[in-house]
Amino acid sequence: MPVITYRKALNDALAEELARDENVFIIGEEVAHYNGAYKVTEGLWQRFGDKRVLDTPITEAAFIGLSAGASMLGLRPVVELMFWSFAYVAYDQIVNNAGCIRYMSGGQINLPLVIRGPANGGTNVGATHSHTPESILANNPGVKVVCPATAYDAKGLMKTAIRDNDPVFVMENTLLYGETWEVPDEEYLIPLGVADVKREGADVSLIAHGRAVITSLQAAEILAHEHNIHAEVVDLRSIRPLDEETLLRSVRKTHRAVLVDENKPFCAVSAQIAATIQEKAFDDLDAPVLRVCTLDAPAIYSPPLEKLQLPTPERVVEKVLSIA
Amino acid sequence: MPYIEMPKLSDTMTEGTVVKWRKAVGEPVDVGDVIAEIETDKAVMELEAFDGGTLQEIYVSEGGKARIGEKLALLLAAGEDAPQKDGQAAKTQQVNPLAGSPSRTSPAPAKAEKAAAPVSRGRVKASPLAKKIAGAKRVDLALIQGSGPGGRIVARDVESAPVTPAAIPTAAAAIPVLPPGPGDRRIPLTGMRKIIAERLLASKTQIPHFYLNIEVDAGELVRLRTQLNEHLEKSGQGKLTFNDFILKAVVAAATKVPRVNASFAGDAVIEYTDIHPSVAVAVEDGLVTPVIRQAQKKSLREISEAVKDLATRARSKKIKPEEYQGGTLTVSNLGSHGIDSFSAVINPPQAVILSIGAIVKKPVLNAQDQIVPGHRLAIGLSADHRVVDGATGAQYLAELRGLLENPAALLL
Repeated sequence: MPVITYRKALNDALAEELARDENVFIIGEEVAHYNGAYKVTEGLWQRFGDKRVLDTPITEAAFIGLSAGASMLGLRPVVELMFWSFAYVAYDQIVNNAGCIRYMSGGQINLPLVIRGPANGGTNVGATHSHTPESILANNPGVKVVCPATAYDAKGLMKTAIRDNDPVFVMENTLLYGETWEVPDEEYLIPLGVADVKREGADVSLIAHGRAVITSLQAAEILAHEHNIHAEVVDLRSIRPLDEETLLRSVRKTHRAVLVDENKPFCAVSAQIAATIQEKAFDDLDAPVLRVCTLDAPAIYSPPLEKLQLPTPERVVEKVLSIA
Repeated sequence: MPYIEMPKLSDTMTEGTVVKWRKAVGEPVDVGDVIAEIETDKAVMELEAFDGGTLQEIYVSEGGKARIGEKLALLLAAGEDAPQKDGQAAKTQQVNPLAGSPSRTSPAPAKAEKAAAPVSRGRVKASPLAKKIAGAKRVDLALIQGSGPGGRIVARDVESAPVTPAAIPTAAAAIPVLPPGPGDRRIPLTGMRKIIAERLLASKTQIPHFYLNIEVDAGELVRLRTQLNEHLEKSGQGKLTFNDFILKAVVAAATKVPRVNASFAGDAVIEYTDIHPSVAVAVEDGLVTPVIRQAQKKSLREISEAVKDLATRARSKKIKPEEYQGGTLTVSNLGSHGIDSFSAVINPPQAVILSIGAIVKKPVLNAQDQIVPGHRLAIGLSADHRVVDGATGAQYLAELRGLLENPAALLL
């Protein structure tokens, strides 16, 4: 099986969907001539032309609003945000317009809109470029939120997102763009709302999404080798819809859960997971549900400090040991 | 939470007695202040305030008892109002902790049903899963020691716990008692006496005891101790007791025969790595068994000092629960009380208890079949046959005999 980067997997997904459906178009800052700030759209403008891959000025509210309107009329826009942190200026377009229109129209208007781009910290680009908006966006009924952790998942989820008839927000992670995984040549789709057990284990469930899955896998490795504790790593993949069944099945098996989350802890995605576990698997718990989140402060510019601010495998190991 | 409630200060505690209020009504209380002294089944503990405020009302006066979770006093922070009463919470009334706060209105039948539930041991810290398993296995969580963080009972503790009958009949309930006549005294059970009664009845009825006895030649031990103590006295240090040597030997022998340092755990036997001997200490109206932690790592001198310290504090009831819990075998020495030999009852969940008698001077036959004066020490081993078999017990006593008859090895 070919081994490709997360970036290439996304690029392949976009190219395949552009080729498959002429209603799909890509829009964003520097996505065309410059090939995308992080080179995810490399070569697409050359291949599909000006009408399918469009550069915009720095006007998130405008081009997201435009895309929401276009999707109401039957097109399938894929918006690239240079950083998900910039989505906040278009919160009205994203949540009020895109998120609510199907409900408010009584189901008459579909809104097949994909917004994608890098989220989360770790690249030393400061507080205003390092947000983790999945929790505030997933808070809104009417939208879908996915956070792929591997190249395989990125490709399969992106293709499904483009074909979905609701607004789907794909949060990529800058630190993963250059990482490589095996991705098959043949076409595949990963349904939204289906979690994936990335590593089997019997002693504790590490539940994560996005890059925190990789952190969890590293922690699981340390736990197995140094402490003989076998962690199961559950990758949520999709925050909304949330695959409660898979995560609860894992907790019912291991009886312990440590949630690893690059969100800041307050009202984080992991807070929702913790609530779900205690509500639905209380009698299966043998320890309190604990969390390892990004430390509760705006992203720190200093590289060594930001590294400490994000969940590390060591912090995950420490939390697991505290309830082992 | 403005109420101060009876805390659970030891594993076996079900109720406590307020020995003394250190704060009076109207007095300000800071976080961490000692507000009362509480007598548990084993010791008198200081009750510290978790919140600050003013002591508004005392519900249980000195000498009064309260079950765990029952309200002892009302503490109000500045600006806080006393909770509304509906007349039910009279000053002396002891409120069932399960019935909810009296000011809360809940449907009467549900309340009655809850209050009738046979839960009298107060809050036991256990995980939800441990509680579920305990319910299915009919294991009483109050009798289990938790191995989880903060002493929480977790699944593995319940899974390895022996299944206990729903209620252990107390001696009083099982056997009719001759009622007291005029002039007879009826002495209510103290918490400690009650626990001793329950646990030892459970021990004798549920643990298949067997007994082994040996008589050790203590001549060398007497000589060595005299010699050592002369030296220690000259250098102004505390003397060593026979019991110190015996404890050291008991521990050293257990490292050779680890099977005696064990517990029966339902579907398994747990052999402990560390040897934590419990030392039976008679206290006023009862018995406490302080524990010498990791005694296998301690020298004779360290064991001696630990025993001295624990016994002194046990007698003055200034001993903390963690200091008398978690022992792995017990040594009971009645030698100083003039008892030649006896058979002790096992201190559950341990597998063995050693009964140490007095060192007695008596005629013995030497190797040449001559009758000569000798020092003899009778030692009994009571063992849980589910864990220890006769041969294992004999092997252990042989090790013990070897050490006590060549006591210089204990100094190494």
